[in-house]
Amino acid sequence: MSVNIKIRDAVKKYGNNTIISDLSLDIKEGEFFTLLGPSGCGKTTLLRMIAGFNSIEGGDFYFSEKRINDMDPVKRNIGMVFQNYAIFPNMTVEKNVAFGLKNRKLPKEEIKAKTDQFLKLMKIEEYRDRMPERLSGGQQQRVALARALAITPDVLLMDEPLSNLDAKLRVEMRTVIKEIQNSIGITCVYVTHDQEEAMAVSDRIAVMNHGDIQQIGTPKILYQRPANLFVATFIGRTNVINAELKVKNGKTMLALPGYEVEMNNILKDEAKDRKVIASIRPEELVVNKDATEGIKATVDDAVFLGLNTHYFVHFENGEKAEIIQESLIDSIIEKGTEIYLGVKTEKINVFDEEGNKNLVEGVLNDYDVYRNGDK
Amino acid sequence: MAEQKVKKGKDVWSLVTLAVFALYAVFLIYPLFILLKQAVYVDGHFTMSAFKEFFSKSYNVNTIFNSLKVTITTTVISLAIGIPLAYFYQMYEIKGKSVLQVLVILCSMSAPFIGAYSWIVLLGRNGIISKFILKLTGIQIGSIYGFKGIVLVLSLQLFPLVFLYLCGALKNIDNSLLEASENMGCSGAKRFFKVVIPLCMPTIIAATLLVFMRAFADFGTPLLIGEGYRTFPVVIYDAYFAETGSNHTFGAAVSVIAIAITAVIFLIQRYINNRHRFTMNAMHSIERKEIHGVKAVLVNFYCWFVVFLSFLPQIYVIYSSFQKTSGKLFVKGYSLDSYKFAFSHLKKAIPNTFLIGLGALAFVIVLAILIAYLVVRRSNAANKVIDTISMIPYIIPGSVVGIALILAFNKKPIMLTGTATIMIIALIIRRIPYTIRSSVATLQQIPMSIEEAAISLGSSKLKTFFQITVPMMGNGIMSGAILSWVTIITELSTAIILYNLNTITLTLAVYTYVSRGNYGIAAAYATILTMSTIISLLVYMKATGNKEVAL
Repeated sequence: MSVNIKIRDAVKKYGNNTIISDLSLDIKEGEFFTLLGPSGCGKTTLLRMIAGFNSIEGGDFYFSEKRINDMDPVKRNIGMVFQNYAIFPNMTVEKNVAFGLKNRKLPKEEIKAKTDQFLKLMKIEEYRDRMPERLSGGQQQRVALARALAITPDVLLMDEPLSNLDAKLRVEMRTVIKEIQNSIGITCVYVTHDQEEAMAVSDRIAVMNHGDIQQIGTPKILYQRPANLFVATFIGRTNVINAELKVKNGKTMLALPGYEVEMNNILKDEAKDRKVIASIRPEELVVNKDATEGIKATVDDAVFLGLNTHYFVHFENGEKAEIIQESLIDSIIEKGTEIYLGVKTEKINVFDEEGNKNLVEGVLNDYDVYRNGDK
Repeated sequence: MAEQKVKKGKDVWSLVTLAVFALYAVFLIYPLFILLKQAVYVDGHFTMSAFKEFFSKSYNVNTIFNSLKVTITTTVISLAIGIPLAYFYQMYEIKGKSVLQVLVILCSMSAPFIGAYSWIVLLGRNGIISKFILKLTGIQIGSIYGFKGIVLVLSLQLFPLVFLYLCGALKNIDNSLLEASENMGCSGAKRFFKVVIPLCMPTIIAATLLVFMRAFADFGTPLLIGEGYRTFPVVIYDAYFAETGSNHTFGAAVSVIAIAITAVIFLIQRYINNRHRFTMNAMHSIERKEIHGVKAVLVNFYCWFVVFLSFLPQIYVIYSSFQKTSGKLFVKGYSLDSYKFAFSHLKKAIPNTFLIGLGALAFVIVLAILIAYLVVRRSNAANKVIDTISMIPYIIPGSVVGIALILAFNKKPIMLTGTATIMIIALIIRRIPYTIRSSVATLQQIPMSIEEAAISLGSSKLKTFFQITVPMMGNGIMSGAILSWVTIITELSTAIILYNLNTITLTLAVYTYVSRGNYGIAAAYATILTMSTIISLLVYMKATGNKEVAL
């Protein structure tokens, strides 16, 4: 039985320090929702408020229609996976998984059946009699997941569950998590600071910074049409270039260092002569070896990574940029070569001078509804 | 419904807070208040005359300097012996290291006055070793009475504590830290001073305070081997129990001065400690290295030599318990007469030791766990006060605790003097700060998320406490408990003030017969005590599968 989660005007304070102010959020039933942000942005705090381990200084939290602000964590029916897994070291794998079921005073057979089911689901049956200290990180992670899911929670909360694993295992486990969530269809709130991980598992992501949500959207929207410069730089890599918008003969031109391109997707109200910040991802720059037009740049370094080759360049004004090109046979550009760069204008993003607003059409930010006071 | 549940959970722990407060108020604050009152209140008037009397005579003031001199010298020597020993023990494969460790623990656990009287017999005017050396070399070794003797006995008694503390700290150093420093060109002795010692600093400071307090408060040793070298605890004891007229007001005043001194030392330690605070947790502990050649000989010799010196008094005591006696004198030959006498007299001493000891231990453990939980997991103003109060006994010399309890409970409404109850209370008060500290440390290492996991899986707060928290604290509690147990059964300074014939324990029996000059019988009791300690340790090691005892 999954629920949707509704948060309205949440406030979190530590003493006089306000960590989160007036935060609202809707998580759909069965959705895999991720809170993403740098450390200290308040994502874990928010998760723990949902879980009931942090006090709530203001606002309302609902599971479906039920207000849970003052509900004991025991009663919220949540499954939680902790960063350090929080496996009980004094219990075997099986006892860990059965712990929550025993607390519900279910009949013995049912406890056994459910424990078996989730041990099997997480593929840890063979370790059932082991003590946790004799498990690898990945296995402990599976125990933690099995334990959290065995109680058939309404919501599954995960606090950086993969951050203690090595890179390979992290990729493997995030697939496992995604698959399990898909098969059970449980509402899932996931906290991470790893944007790649977030994009791999999430239906929607809320990008947080300084206790505030910057943008909520699908991984695709966040990457292609970030709402502001913070999101653009936090999700994926991007070159941030100071530029100008110029309106000439009804055309909106973007003046990059030594090169002007026509933009035909700038919001109508925003198209006027102004300073802007262009966010151009490394793959949105096109190397034009033979051209005489484009941003003039000199190659500082070339890094061959198999599928792609990364070029590190500097412009004539000294600004640095990174370019990613698909690797071709015999085509690595030597260091010191002067090149001209073209721009995929339909892909790049242009922000106002402060970086607070994306001036390009097609930005979808699910968080805007709360900003406009339309709740 | 849900809200009620939250409040109920809070109520349980608030009640615990209240109960703990009440216990401290009745059994610690109130007696100390009475003691203070007696120091400044004579015949219904406020007066500082007792303090004036104390400070007006250099004879009295000197005892402060005597005590400080003994204490500081002892502390320095204990650290100088104990730290290298712990370092060698953790870094290198020492021959027979498990035996070595058990011996060190045993040394730390015997009552100091047993060491005092053994050393008199061994090195005193007619001492066995003194005579032997005189015969062999013609050299008359100097007197071991007075300052030198006290320092010798206390240092050999207390360095094992430094050793045990430091071993714990060294185990927490991650091997990679040592490897890293070696990588950067810092190894051997340089690494010991530049890396190991600074990493152990918090523990060294804690050990220093512990040794300081023990040495300062010890009064069996100066009484036996001091020969007129008067230290503070002796003055207090004399003021209350001197055969030639006791002066309670004076005794109370001296007690207050003693507390003031220890309090200052404690605050200094706290200040230094706060500046050195950091935590360590080893993923890979240091692995002992094999050593060879001259180094191996030297290291092994050092370790075994100091431990042998420290253990020598006990060997001698065990030996002399089997010697034949005639009256108070040892004569040629061996017999079990001392034991026969020991078992036929003071029959209560053995059961008393166990009843009083186990009673105190049970309370100490339960209270320490509860208080640790309050302090760590329910930090609020009230519980912070409890935290502070719980440290008070740490700075109060044992004899002062005894006197305060007698003053408070020698009349109605609570009449406890002469009962086993007052002995148990005294032992609880004496021992609880240590057990609280170790419980707090254990609890702090258990991540909060483990408890949260239990709660999120539907376990109530109380159930979580008993099912998850307490079992996880288990190991820490057990190793703390075994030390509490042994210190409880060898406790002298408080018990000697509170006991009577019905509540006499083994340690007191030893002291009684030592002070009467019945060394054979004293040795028999002491041997029984040592055996009890050894058996306790072995049972503990067997039960927990733990080969190492930590403080």
